[in-house]
Amino acid sequence: MSAADDVTKLREVFGERILETVEFREEQTVKVALADLHDVLAHCREKMEYEMVLDVASVDHMGEDPRFEIVYEIATLDDSRHLRVKSKVAEDEEVESATDLWAGANWHEREVFDMMGIRFSKHPNLKRILMWEGYPFYPLRKDFPLAGRPSEMPDVANTGVAPLEGGPFVTCAGGENTVVREPRARVVE
Amino acid sequence: MVSSNESTLHTAYDSKIEGNVIITRVDAAINWMRKNSLWPMPMGLACCAIELMATGASRYDIARFGAEVMRFSPRQSDVLIVSGTVTYKMAMAVKRIWDQMPEPKWCMAMGACASSGGMYRSYAVLQGIDQLIPVDVYISGCPPRPEALLEGLMTLQKKIETEESTMAQKASPDSVEA
Repeated sequence: MSAADDVTKLREVFGERILETVEFREEQTVKVALADLHDVLAHCREKMEYEMVLDVASVDHMGEDPRFEIVYEIATLDDSRHLRVKSKVAEDEEVESATDLWAGANWHEREVFDMMGIRFSKHPNLKRILMWEGYPFYPLRKDFPLAGRPSEMPDVANTGVAPLEGGPFVTCAGGENTVVREPRARVVE
Repeated sequence: MVSSNESTLHTAYDSKIEGNVIITRVDAAINWMRKNSLWPMPMGLACCAIELMATGASRYDIARFGAEVMRFSPRQSDVLIVSGTVTYKMAMAVKRIWDQMPEPKWCMAMGACASSGGMYRSYAVLQGIDQLIPVDVYISGCPPRPEALLEGLMTLQKKIETEESTMAQKASPDSVEA
């Protein structure tokens, strides 16, 4: 048994509902529509012994429609098989939570919600996990600047914009070699 | 019991010369006591805290400078050592601890992050604790070695040595803390 066999099995069971499968350096990826995502994950969990969720990630394809992509990394408990299940998510769509299949998906999904703003339906506790309740932005979206944005919540937290130039850790772009680009080589005026 | 002529000021503790008298000013005496018994509030937020712990341990022994009594209650401490990255989420907690510390109090920003945000030019990190609370001593390093922290402590001691009395500070309006 390998993950490749599982992909073949999934194709037999779900047929056309498996949109695409990708193999890259023996890593198996299955792409499905958002409506079928929970069914496929449930099948992997219950019939194929994928007992563990390693990670839940998300990708922002800004400019494309649908904009986001949700990625579930699952594995068997003896670590012999890994599988990646992906699905596209539009900005106004919700993903059905996988917490009923793996309790471990709880915090991963909260992080996706916190950083990317993708909402999960049927999640038992969908609130921010890293930033505080009331922080108005989703920092890992492509349209969020690296330096951050100002926000204010009295008595909870304020944020500002970080300076990205002139700091002691900023390298100089365009230098001929690493010696010139080295931050400490710069003469501060 | 006669004291020898070579005896210097610090032999005042020597019982052999008990009865000798030292004349000083109250302000100077108070400053001397304060600087030699600084009780730190360790605000360990990142890797700087490891160096802070090393400074407290036997090899570097911050007790040599009278600052070994780490107090985990802000109400019992004199100097806040902000050692590590202050995230925006943590910032209000640090401010609150500072507000709970009784006067007179001092603050040391230990390391690049506490001083300026360090390498974290980020949406999540406060760009220097001095944006929230007044800082007396900045210690460079990422993280600073224990020697650097001790140097910072000695700098703070020198600063305390020259401080005016609290009465004088209250009398002159321009010395009010920012």
